[in-house]
Amino acid sequence: MTARLALRVAALGYLAAILLVPLGLVVFRAFEDGPAKAWAAVTTPDALHAFWLTILIAAIAVPANTVFGVICALAIVRRRFPGHGIVNSVVDLPLALSPVVVGLALLLVYARTGWLGPALLDSGIQVIFAFPGMVLATIFVSLPFVVREVVPVLREVGDEQEQAASTLGASSWQTFWRITLPAIRWGVAYGVVLTTARALGEFGAVSVVSGRIAGRTETLTLFVNERFERFDLVGAYAASVVLALVAIATLAAMTLVRRGEHA
Amino acid sequence: MTSSTAAVRRPLTRRRAAGGLSVGIATGYLSVIVLLPLAAVVARSFEGGADAFWRAISDPQAVAALRITLFWSVVVVAINAVAGTVTAWVLVRDDFRGKGLVNAVIDLPFALPTIVAGLTLLALYGPRSPIGVNVAYTTGALALALLFVTLPFVVRTVQPVLLELDREMEEAAASLGATTFQTFRRVVFPNLFPAILSGVALSFARAVGEFGAVVLISGNIPYKTEVSSVYIFGQIESDNVTGAAAVSVVLLAISLAALLAIGAVRRYATRYDG
Repeated sequence: MTARLALRVAALGYLAAILLVPLGLVVFRAFEDGPAKAWAAVTTPDALHAFWLTILIAAIAVPANTVFGVICALAIVRRRFPGHGIVNSVVDLPLALSPVVVGLALLLVYARTGWLGPALLDSGIQVIFAFPGMVLATIFVSLPFVVREVVPVLREVGDEQEQAASTLGASSWQTFWRITLPAIRWGVAYGVVLTTARALGEFGAVSVVSGRIAGRTETLTLFVNERFERFDLVGAYAASVVLALVAIATLAAMTLVRRGEHA
Repeated sequence: MTSSTAAVRRPLTRRRAAGGLSVGIATGYLSVIVLLPLAAVVARSFEGGADAFWRAISDPQAVAALRITLFWSVVVVAINAVAGTVTAWVLVRDDFRGKGLVNAVIDLPFALPTIVAGLTLLALYGPRSPIGVNVAYTTGALALALLFVTLPFVVRTVQPVLLELDREMEEAAASLGATTFQTFRRVVFPNLFPAILSGVALSFARAVGEFGAVVLISGNIPYKTEVSSVYIFGQIESDNVTGAAAVSVVLLAISLAALLAIGAVRRYATRYDG
């Protein structure tokens, strides 16, 4: 009994020391000089721009990766094709890659001296130090989540129902919408939540490709970094609280989705 | 008879066509988004030949950064293996008020942006620490940042295995006179071992590449607290892109090795499942 209590205290103490107390302190520090100051710090034009830019990037990256994720999961589980194993492993790569390497990789393809950069610039499309590069970086790092959540669900439901539907004359499109999608919906939902969290919180890759121009190519995470480097701690802490609230909302959504799954 | 087989065959061929399309989209998207940029990194790192590549990765500062990265990743992963297993144990076998909340909080490092994680740790363990502990700009801060971002991995791989573990084995061991520690070491631990290894490999891959959490709190002092990802970032900023690409290839190789190890552990763990 004492051993059990000791383990409980050790585990909870560790979580408190690493996670909860530091986070609580940031919230406290953000509001130390009064909520008005914190509010002013996150409603400056640069902060608002960073906020909306972050939302916009996620609004493109998340649907793109959701559609791709479902298609890719279907290909991995339901199809046998040459290179199957390679696709299955490449999907996991972004999870194990340093975000800085991701940024550098995009730079080498899309910068002025990169593989595709000159051709794109000639047709008037600037990718690096601009919005498209930031979207590409975000898509890259948040790519695996929907695939990884949907693959096991697809394996578990099997394809008997799909085969039955198509034997009864349903088109592949009808089969997908009426049979497959309802069966995998909780997996997709969980994947979407994880993708969104990753997309909103990306820092390293976006930091490399964006050029970090305040009010133009600065996302909320870059804004936190910039405020910190300019010794505006209230600004950095207040913007961190906004991001932490998003993270907590993500956790709540994950818990809800898990509950829905088991209902 | 012929009409009914035709009716069966028609949707099946259409299904196959749609299947080919899904494979095409999946491989096309992965090639453009992931493989093309990574190919550019590898190509750039070998642009000046194998000599230039070797010179770039044997730069003393690059070597020091890699050594610091690997050393602290191993240390952090070892701590995680213990702390993660204990946490998973408490979440599965113990019962207390607020357990559901603690269980949800475990995933916070996944959901919280890494730069916020760094700032958060700096608030408690930095220059303005209210508890008087200031580890900012030391390797201790580096370890803290890596512990923070890798916290969930071992917990989340061990927890489901522990949930499914048959308690009768432990009860049998205990009734045959085994002490709690013996039961854990001989019965529980061997069952958890593949899951712990899997979590360790995931933590390691994550720790080796971490940037956001480390960049604020570690101070990025060359030869002391600068890790490889921060070194690469610095090389990009100072326009030594080839050097950055060469070190990136080394990190890429380590990531691939970690992924392969995870795959091998999974196959080993499910080897009796048929």
